Amino acid sequence: MEYQYIQVSRDGEVGRILLYRPKVLNALNTGLISELVQTLEDMDQDPTIRCILLTGGNRVFAAGADIGEMATATSAELMLSNQFADWDRLRRIKKPIVAAVVGYAFGGGCELAMACDMIVAAENARFGQPEIDLGIIPGAGGTQRLTRAVGKARAMEMVLTGRAITAQEAFSVGLVNSVVPAENVELEAMKLCQLVARKAPVAVQLAKESVLNSFDTTIAEGLDYEQKLFYLLFSTEDQKEGMQAFVEKRRPNFQGK
Amino acid sequence: MENTQVEQTVTLLKEDGVGIITLNRPHLFNAFNTQLNIDLLAALKDVGKDPEVRAVIITGAGKAFCSGQDLSDRSAVQGEVPSLGDSVRKRYNPLILAMTEMEKPIIAAVNGAAAGAGCSLALACDMRFISDRGKFVEAFVRIGLAPDSGSSWFLSRLVGVGRAMELAMTGRNVGAEEAVQIGLANKLVPHDRLLEETLAFAKQLAQGPTRAIGLTKRALYKALDTDVAGALEYEAQVQEIAGKTKDFHEGITSFLEKRPPRYRGE
Repeated sequence: MEYQYIQVSRDGEVGRILLYRPKVLNALNTGLISELVQTLEDMDQDPTIRCILLTGGNRVFAAGADIGEMATATSAELMLSNQFADWDRLRRIKKPIVAAVVGYAFGGGCELAMACDMIVAAENARFGQPEIDLGIIPGAGGTQRLTRAVGKARAMEMVLTGRAITAQEAFSVGLVNSVVPAENVELEAMKLCQLVARKAPVAVQLAKESVLNSFDTTIAEGLDYEQKLFYLLFSTEDQKEGMQAFVEKRRPNFQGK
Repeated sequence: MENTQVEQTVTLLKEDGVGIITLNRPHLFNAFNTQLNIDLLAALKDVGKDPEVRAVIITGAGKAFCSGQDLSDRSAVQGEVPSLGDSVRKRYNPLILAMTEMEKPIIAAVNGAAAGAGCSLALACDMRFISDRGKFVEAFVRIGLAPDSGSSWFLSRLVGVGRAMELAMTGRNVGAEEAVQIGLANKLVPHDRLLEETLAFAKQLAQGPTRAIGLTKRALYKALDTDVAGALEYEAQVQEIAGKTKDFHEGITSFLEKRPPRYRGE
């Protein structure tokens, strides 16, 4: 497949996607999102890929949506173009996605990072939803995932003032998993991916599903759902292998079955 | 407005890998006016970006190192800056952050009084060489202010919180000898030889593995903010980076070949 806005590669069982619009700080136009989502879906279908790394490279993650694309649009035009349809497909990806964030993750860039399952941030990373300064609000999860990640007070502050938070602040409020020197972000994100890629794939997918489900349901329903998934995993060969290996004090060899 | 356009408040010289930044308002003991803040930040950014510069010296022209905020600067007096908090945030904090974030060693050549924000500036350097005419004065309290521009952070870390309290609450002078004794300065040098000796030392550092030196600076500052486990992890992170530099390769190679290393800062 030919890509215009991203670059795709793999490292063992980890699929790597690089946002690649260096001249515009990886501004997220519809073409990029479309290529990204298509690639994620392809990787989701590829049984040899077990975890996905999403990076913006070593300068910036993504400085926001492509404003030029939207500046003169009307409500009706935007609604009919349904540009968020691709974003909705993002949340149906079943394999874990780790974002490696160096520099700015602003607006759509912040929303994209939050749509991933884990974030490894550089010391120089900044997370922000500056849409308010353009007279709009976030449209791809910036009021929803942010609030769930950092709580109401901090989300309100970020969304209402447009003020960005530092990597350290993001770490302290639980938005990111770790903060490391910029030079090592991709390395650390890749290590995290490889760690997850070695786990039992079906269990990994169901674990992701169950954690995400917790945001959308009551605790009682969530616990019930978790129990069903728990029982379900006892129908997999990997469960037998995992427990056998534990008893035999050896490393398990998971097959994804 | 009279002077700021024509006055060159900072001079920058580059010599053998060393950037020498001289505060240049000698008639006012190199006091900070807004222009000096701007020019010093520009000079710091210049040497920070220039790959040829691998060590930096900050010193003052004339009798003083830096006497701190120019109390007669109209912007400070006539209320163009309505809040001292904002003044510190806008004018001084970016300077101090630029210094701590620059991945090159910065040495203060303290040629005379370093008072108030001038003292803070010297403390925010990575090392201090001081002449027998140099002195540190946490002068803030003398005019009814608390320390700013990093003094609260650097002073207590350099001399311990007990001494820091004494110096900041009394605003007394700390002469060159005492400064070295309590760890506020690294070395006492006869006045006439201050720049010469500091420059020789800086040139040596400029021949070093600059990436590793920059990472050392990052790690040491980081360690002041973290617990042992955090510092250990940061050391691992930093070593990961250093291990990929050309200078590390050169260091190993030269060691095995039993010759002095030729580091290029890459």
